[in-house]
Amino acid sequence: MSANSARPSPAAQPSGSAFILKKALISALVALVLFSLMIGVRTEAGPQGGLIYWTRFGDLAALVGAVFGGSIIVELLRQWWGPVDKDSIVPKPVQSAISFAGRWLAPALLVFAFLVPVIFYNQRYILDLSILVLTYVMLGWGLNVVVGLAGLLDLGYVAFYAVGAYSYALLATNFGLSFWVCLPLAGILAAFWGVLLGFPVLRLRGDYLAIVTLAFGEIIRLVIINWQSLTGGPNGVSGIPRPTMFGIPLTPGDDGLAARLGIEFSPTHRLVFLFYLILAMALLTNWVTIRLRRLPIGRAWEALREDEVACRALGINTTTTKLTAFATGAMFGGFAGAFFATRQGFISPESFTFQESALVLAIVVLGGMGSQLGVALAALAMIGGFELFRGFDQYRMLVFGIAMVLLMIWRPRGLIGHRAPTVFLERNQAISSDLVKEGHG
Amino acid sequence: MDYFAQQLINGLVLGSIYGLIAIGYTMVYGIVGMINFAHGDIFMIGGFIALISFLVLVSLGLTAIPLILLIVLLVSMAITALYGWTIERIAYRPLRHSFRLAPMLSAIGMSFVLTNFSQVSQGARVKPVPPIITGGYTLHEGAQGFAVQLSNIQIMVVLATIVVLALFTWLVSRTRLGRDMRACEQDQTMAALLGVDVDRTISMTFVIGAALAAVAGMMYLLYYGLVDFFMGFVAGIKAFTAAVLGGIGSLPGAMLGGLAIGLIETFWSAYFSVEYKDVAAFSILIVVLIFMPTGLLGRPEVEKV
Amino acid sequence: MSGDHILTVDRLMMRFGGIVAVNELSFAAERRKITALIGPNGAGKTTVFNCITGFYRPSGGAIRLAHDDGRTIQLERLNDFRISKQAKVARTFQNIRLFPGMTALENLMVAQHNALMRASGLTLLGLLGLPSWREAEQRAIELARTWLNRVSLLDRADDAAGNLPYGDQRRLEIARAMCTEPALLCLDEPAAGLNARESGGLNELLLSIRNEQGTSILLIEHDMSVVMEISDHVVVMDYGVKIAEGTPQAVRDDPKVIAAYLGADEEEAIAVMESGT
Repeated sequence: MSANSARPSPAAQPSGSAFILKKALISALVALVLFSLMIGVRTEAGPQGGLIYWTRFGDLAALVGAVFGGSIIVELLRQWWGPVDKDSIVPKPVQSAISFAGRWLAPALLVFAFLVPVIFYNQRYILDLSILVLTYVMLGWGLNVVVGLAGLLDLGYVAFYAVGAYSYALLATNFGLSFWVCLPLAGILAAFWGVLLGFPVLRLRGDYLAIVTLAFGEIIRLVIINWQSLTGGPNGVSGIPRPTMFGIPLTPGDDGLAARLGIEFSPTHRLVFLFYLILAMALLTNWVTIRLRRLPIGRAWEALREDEVACRALGINTTTTKLTAFATGAMFGGFAGAFFATRQGFISPESFTFQESALVLAIVVLGGMGSQLGVALAALAMIGGFELFRGFDQYRMLVFGIAMVLLMIWRPRGLIGHRAPTVFLERNQAISSDLVKEGHG
Repeated sequence: MDYFAQQLINGLVLGSIYGLIAIGYTMVYGIVGMINFAHGDIFMIGGFIALISFLVLVSLGLTAIPLILLIVLLVSMAITALYGWTIERIAYRPLRHSFRLAPMLSAIGMSFVLTNFSQVSQGARVKPVPPIITGGYTLHEGAQGFAVQLSNIQIMVVLATIVVLALFTWLVSRTRLGRDMRACEQDQTMAALLGVDVDRTISMTFVIGAALAAVAGMMYLLYYGLVDFFMGFVAGIKAFTAAVLGGIGSLPGAMLGGLAIGLIETFWSAYFSVEYKDVAAFSILIVVLIFMPTGLLGRPEVEKV
Repeated sequence: MSGDHILTVDRLMMRFGGIVAVNELSFAAERRKITALIGPNGAGKTTVFNCITGFYRPSGGAIRLAHDDGRTIQLERLNDFRISKQAKVARTFQNIRLFPGMTALENLMVAQHNALMRASGLTLLGLLGLPSWREAEQRAIELARTWLNRVSLLDRADDAAGNLPYGDQRRLEIARAMCTEPALLCLDEPAAGLNARESGGLNELLLSIRNEQGTSILLIEHDMSVVMEISDHVVVMDYGVKIAEGTPQAVRDDPKVIAAYLGADEEEAIAVMESGT
């Protein structure tokens, strides 16, 4: 707290127990009104079809009391901490320790990721969860190209995930094509849809872009639901072939991998294989993105995010630049979708709702736009954190929503708040995100 | 022709509801420049509060339907408005001068919170209510036995919309608050320098937007006779589409966009297929935006070089 | 007036709704010379610039660009990025438009986008990291280094452009425009906001660009000391029409010019008169 004591405290900030009490009382009163009917009265369709209700004044009182107590605590913490900013929350030595750890964090995470199937070989649940996290890491990295680098807002990213998943599912179940043939096809098809979406949104800015991408995502989902003859409608597609290890199936049969290697079959083999498959796909996404950032196309994406008018004045074709960003992001989404389909063996439109798009976007923004490491950390935090609440079933999304709000208030610029330059002469120094523009999307 | 007239009536009624919600989106966008993703859920909360207060009033022994409806309307508007105020206070105000995507994600988070709050507190099942306002008029009896119907509830929805819009227009154009709102829309810093309480004006914007959404929620409840925790999402997206279609930031545009979306949806369902009505609405939005990138009545964005 | 013209503006018209911003304006800029476009505020200078650089489509008239190799390009038929890419016209902006979150060096690399795009085989060769691409990238970095040195920003190469002081940003923007290797450089008020020393440095920079690179320069400027000192030819605009043109001396003594400035802004008029004495 020594760093903080030097700061002159704002004189206008009132304090004292009377002030805290007054604030807490107001909060409690607001809570009372807000929850009076929604919590105090519970409605349900009665046995005869009519509506019945009963009261829950106990719950209401408890909740209002909690708000009262909670706001006293929050207010006390606020006064004790003083004005909240980075310096006062995290002291300087800790900050430098964090930045030192940050340099080793990425390699350490990578090594750890490779070792996960070894360490947790017998824990199916953890393997499953790791595969899920890696899928979102890949989706986050894919969307990062569009949102983080090119600064184009995309609220319908899940559409490309869906296109990839259905491409693989339909090609595999109808034509018997293998995963390895379908994977690039799924990517290409998704990229094609990315360009298709790109065209109408070329001239749009900001929130117009947001609604069109959102509408696009919904259109794809609604078409999947209603085009029953092709997609199976709400019932989805089942019996999607599992991936093979380049032609060798991971099954207990005689031609399976286990039999050929002469080891005992275990269903975990397939999980481990899936784990390394998604890890490889995610790392490929990462490698390509890092590579692209150092190429003219990647610099043009970032320049587009910074200032579109200046880009045009420098002879950059902003149309193709935007379209390539959409296509690249969509392609990665398509790959991830194909993986999702082969992992699940069953897909339905329920997996491709707006909530998924919002989740992936939250991962990108929370990661710190444009930061590869940040996106990976955010995916780990969000998906892992979400899993922690698995037991609370119906409260899960509620907690998730609250967490999203709090995280944004805590770190509006994301976990990693700086941008690494793509080229340097003498010093490779990070750029504070306060200077980095957020794009017009 | 009769069939067409009937669809026109249905479309206008639906469009009125969308328009009322769309105004909330457009108002907030005009002043704060953010998409209030939680607004659709505010509409849903409005519907729920109307439902619960109606139930409570009836069980208390009140029988005069007009009186009940009036009380329900006022209670629903007041409590929902407080929801709007609280959300702005908790989730948006700390992010007001921040990075633009942060408030948007905060709003998406808030939308999840509201949806799941009402699911947890009121259960996931659809809540039906018996028809409260019944009866209507047969406008025209067709040759094939098809009659054009105009029900009392339809009349009420349209009338309520007109009254609320008139009040709202008066508020924005004639009152001090309206002037402050228009000033904040132009330039918040300058407005603050000239003595406009910007924080209060923004709070009031959310309060008014939420109150309008509550009216829409109650109309929806009366018209369709049911509410559920998920209805805010679809209605919200449609109303947002309407606001953008009309030109976000423009109040007449929001109403026009609402009517347009309502009509598109109704006519598409009537003449083509019900399944693809939302696809049609979204596709038309995209087509309109290709040719008019700032919507039907939006101010064209002039880029200063 | 029968010199070798790189840019010929012929009866240029620009209307916004009912307002005529530029009315039948004709002038020419000579090759390897500095031409200044001056006039009181609101005379339509930036509008002319936006027409030349493709940000506006003129309502009428023609803008011809004659390259050294004899190619003639009708600029009014090209739009935005093609003016820079194909016609080799670069520009800066009145309110500096750098990429603030990118380093000074990165800004100059973005300016070489089209050349690098070809060298990277439309990204594919670059993705594989082929040697031909690496060489091209090194050359681009060298060009950027040269220009950073010319505008004395070599030691700030790895700093974010948004962190540079105002005067440095102005020079960086000129360096960025020069990295597109333009035939014609259009500068919109390059001396705005600079102090006397910085303004002197700017004069030297512009003269050296003209003399060493042989780039033709067209500039809008309010700072009369810059205009008088470095321009070879001055075109004076008021209310969207040309009211005078000629050498700096001739223009300065023109009573019509003095009247336009006196009518519009006393200070500027005095600046016009004093700069000659």
